[in-house]
Formats: sequence, structure tokens, C-alpha cells
Amino acid sequence: MTPPPLINALPARRPSRWAVGALALGFSAYLIYEFAASPNIQWSEVWNYVANGQILAGLGLTLVLTVVCMVVGIIGGVLLAIMKLSRNPVLQSISWCYVLFFRGTPVLVQIIFWFNLSLVFPNIGATPTNQLITPFIAAVLGLGLNEAAYMAEIVRAGIGSVDEGQSEATAASGLTRAQTMRYVVLPQALRAIVPPTGNQFIGMLKTTSLVSVIATQELLTSAQHIYSQNFLTIELLIVASIWYLVATTLATAIQSVIEDRLAAGDRTRRTSDVLAFWRQTLRLDRKISPIDWTLTK
Amino acid sequence: MSSSNLPTTAATESAAGTPEKTVIVDAQQVCKRFGGNLVLRGVNMTVHEGEVVCILGPSGSGKSTFLRCLNGLETIDAGRVDVDGQFIGYEQLPDGRLRELQAKPLAKQRMETGMVFQQFNLYPNMKVLDNITLAPIKARGVPAREAKADARRLLKLVGLQDKEDAYPKQLSGGQQQRVAIARALAMKPKVMLFDEPTSALDPELVGEVLNVIKELAANGMTMIVVTHEIGFARDVADRVIFMADGVIVEEGPPSQVIDHPTHERTRNFLARHL
Ligand SMILES: Nc1ncnc2c1ncn2[C@@H]1O[C@H](COP(=O)(O)OP(=O)(O)O)[C@@H](O)[C@H]1O
Ligand SMILES: [Mg+2]
Repeated sequence: MTPPPLINALPARRPSRWAVGALALGFSAYLIYEFAASPNIQWSEVWNYVANGQILAGLGLTLVLTVVCMVVGIIGGVLLAIMKLSRNPVLQSISWCYVLFFRGTPVLVQIIFWFNLSLVFPNIGATPTNQLITPFIAAVLGLGLNEAAYMAEIVRAGIGSVDEGQSEATAASGLTRAQTMRYVVLPQALRAIVPPTGNQFIGMLKTTSLVSVIATQELLTSAQHIYSQNFLTIELLIVASIWYLVATTLATAIQSVIEDRLAAGDRTRRTSDVLAFWRQTLRLDRKISPIDWTLTK
Repeated sequence: MSSSNLPTTAATESAAGTPEKTVIVDAQQVCKRFGGNLVLRGVNMTVHEGEVVCILGPSGSGKSTFLRCLNGLETIDAGRVDVDGQFIGYEQLPDGRLRELQAKPLAKQRMETGMVFQQFNLYPNMKVLDNITLAPIKARGVPAREAKADARRLLKLVGLQDKEDAYPKQLSGGQQQRVAIARALAMKPKVMLFDEPTSALDPELVGEVLNVIKELAANGMTMIVVTHEIGFARDVADRVIFMADGVIVEEGPPSQVIDHPTHERTRNFLARHL
């Protein structure tokens, strides 16, 4: 018996997909052109300032601030989530009130509040409060404590996503609740916690720009500082945006690496969805491999 | 049912006719309710060392709840449960009142019972070997090297010596359940509790799991197995218990309960499951 010939069919026609795609592409190209070719934007100045020392120092501070605030937020969030899930009603209530308060008021208000803490407590111990609460510390308190409230909800949802059978199994084998959390539940919850945390991280990169109100010299403040003197407002905003984009793109890449790592133990490993989508659409990986008929009887 | 809700146990009492053997599990008049729903209505069961007891019964009759009372996963509302001479879940104060155990001593009691679940409940974030060694290392404090050696011996026992580096999701249901059995055995429990260990398996995988349990029975493991596999119960059980609506309807050797049931409900149940 000769094996039947393999099917090598053409893809179905999708005229509307091409039409809509072309329209959207054309419109985007037009907008970009108008922007890039605008006589009111001096692009050469953009390139002059991209590697400006003050800008780079601002970028550095933005990154440091982001990492420190996220660390504060994540540690605080895990503690708050565990408090909320504990069987101690006092801890539960404290966690509940914390989230209510810090999520319920604008983070900008919180930043300004911490910066002006000396109005409430002129001294902390023997030290004047203003000496202790530098703009950087105020920024970390404002952003980090606020972030903890959001992370608490993310962590709690992540813990809730872990199958109850897991803690049944640990309890039945004589592990304590703390051990269960540490070795079984939290590692599994990470799968659900990492993607939204990546979101928060990227959000934080940009939210740090709020601290310009308390004169912390991060990226946006540095840009503002320069354009207040040379009036190249749009150009310096573009410079800042370029760096924010670079940072968020890097953060996104790191996030997907972490997600891939966590997918260990899963049969299907995650690959880049966007890439796979374009390959498929453009049919770059359309290869028909022959069937080895000798394997089937 | 007697009016006393706290019967004392006679730990050395032996089943009629058999020579004196240590009592491992002693459940007396166990009652459990969920809200207004009385799920266990005074269950008595004594299991001796090396004995294999199979519990049959329709869904919702309280079999799982009863097993969970035996290892303190549920607190009981009346009666008492002793495992290896320890009152499960409570301590008796000098004035005779009971106090719920703290988490630590309760966890310690649970180390003496191994439990195998219908849904396996392996830890998907850990390799097979780590699934087995987690509790011995963290709860019992066994040195890692020793725990690993023991885990490999157990994997061999359940026929999975080549799977120690696999993640649970890479295994079939039958293989996962065999790992779960090895994991429970790793704590060297006094008694193994199985809650419908083959109910979540494809029919062709049931046999491999039952064979492992049979092997344990042959090695003298004390076991309580909730199952719908009547043939298995007939082969392995020293005693079969038929439960319905939270009480034991009928119990005895398989030749009696399975082959010559005296109660209408048992007959109906067996007719549907044979
Ligand atoms: N955690 C719980 N809360 C409320 N009701 C429960 C709970 N667990 C079991 N039940 C009820 O107890 C009864 C017995 O359940 P179960 O012990 O699972 O029976 P079986 O294992 O024999 O099928 C059922 O009616 C069930 O709905
Ligand atoms: Mg059940």
C-alpha cells in the first residue's frame, strides 16, 4: 500500500484582516511621520541630551527608587497577606485597615504627607524629623507603603489560587502552617503573583516621577530642571520617555524570564506569545515535515 | 447509643478470637457535624496492628469525614479517637475537661498517620524525590541524606525508582498516586489512611495502585482503605465496614459482608458496585 499524499493546502483567505491591518498601519505611519517631521521638535537636541550627566543621574535614582520601593512593597505585601489569612482576628483587622487606608488615599498625598512629617512630629527621639526624613526617605515611605497595600491583595489572591488539597497534604504529614506556607503554598502562589507584580514594577518605574513634587532628583525632575532653563520642553520630555521606555522594556524581558523559570514542572513551557503570533500570521514556520510511515503499523 | 459522650478506651482489648495485638486506631462513638448536619452519628472502630480495614459506602455517607477525624484534620464533636494510644486533637485537663491541642502537638500526632488522597495532592513545584523527603526533613528532622536514601527505597517499593527527578505533572495518574503513597510512607506512620485512592484514575491505571496497596498489606502495614473496588476489598481486607448515613451498618470479614450481607442497604450497594 502506498501512503496517501500529505495535504499541503493554502491558508484560508482573510481579506478583511489584510484590509484592516493596512488601514491601521497607514494611519500609524502618518502620525509618526507628522510627529517626527514636525519643525517644532529639534531632534538633534534630543540626541544631545539623551546621555546628559544630569539625565543619567536622574535615571539612576529612578531605578534605585523603583527597586527599593518594590522591595518594601513586596515584603510589606507578603506580611499583610499572611496577617489577613491568619486566624488571629487582631492581625486580620490591622491588615484590613492598612489596605483600606493606603489604597484609599492618593499616593501623591501620602508622599507629601511623609515629606511633611515634621509638622506632626517635630522630633523623632532626639533627632529633628527633617533630618531623618530626607526627600529620598519620604519618597520610599510614600511609594513603598502604598505599594505594600496593592501587593497585599496580589499576594493574597496568589495564595488563594493554590489548591486546598496542598495544605491538606502538608497538614496530614505533620508540617506546620508556617512550613506549609514557606515550602508549598508560597512557591506555587508565585506563579500567580509574578505577572501582576511585573505590572506593579513597571507602574512603579513611572510612578516614581510623582516624587518630583518633593524635589527628589529622579529622571523626570532632572528633565524638568534642564528644560526650565533652556525651554526645550518637548525635547527633554522625549529624552525622559526614551529612558522610561528602555527601563520598562527591560523589566518586561526580565519578567518573562522569571515566568519561564517558574514554569518548571509544567508540561507546557511558555514561549513568547507575540513572536509565535507573528510567525504564524506570516507563516514563517509553515513547514510540512514528512510522516515516517514505518512507525505506524 | 449510650448517653456518655466521652467513653474511655481499653487499649489492650482484643478482637474476639484473635490473639492479643496492639490497638493502633481506636474510635469510639465519633460524632461530627457541619452546622446542623450530623455527618457522623457515633462511629465505633478498633483497628489492630497489621490489620487492613476496608470501608465501603455510598457517596456522602461520611467516609472521608471519618478518615479526617482519625488524623485530626477535622475536630470531633463527641466521642474520642485514639491513635497509637494518643487522644487525637485534645488534651485532657486534670479537672477532666478537654482542651483543643495547639498546632505543634497536633502536627506531631499527624506524623503517626499517613494519608493518601483521591486527588493525589502531590506538590507540583517539587520533584518527586523532594515531594517524599519534605515532611521527613522539615517535620521529623531527619538528615537530608538519610531522608533521600529512604525515599529512593520507597520509590523502588512502588516501582518508580527511575522517576525521582520527574515533576508530578510529567507522571500518569497511577504513577502520581504511587508517589503519594511513598510520600505518606516516608513518615513511617503507624497507620495508613487511603481515601478512595483509585477513584480519580483511568480504569487501566487502577490495578498498579491497588497492587502497591496489596503489597503493603502483605508486609503487615496497618491500613484503613475507603474504596469502591469491591474485588480489592475482598482480596485484601481482614475486615470490611459498610457505612451509610454516618453510621456503620454492617461489619465483618469480607466473606460475610461482601458475600453474605445481612442488611438490605448493603445488598443494594453491592448490587450496584459488583
Ligand atoms: N467541610 C464540610 N462542610 C460542610 N459539610 C461537609 C464538609 N465536608 C463534608 N461535608 C458533608 O458531610 C457529608 C459526608 O461527606 P463525606 O465524608 O465527604 O462523605 P463520603 O466521603 O462518604 O462521600 C456530606 O453530606 C458532605 O456534604
Ligand atoms: Mg469521600
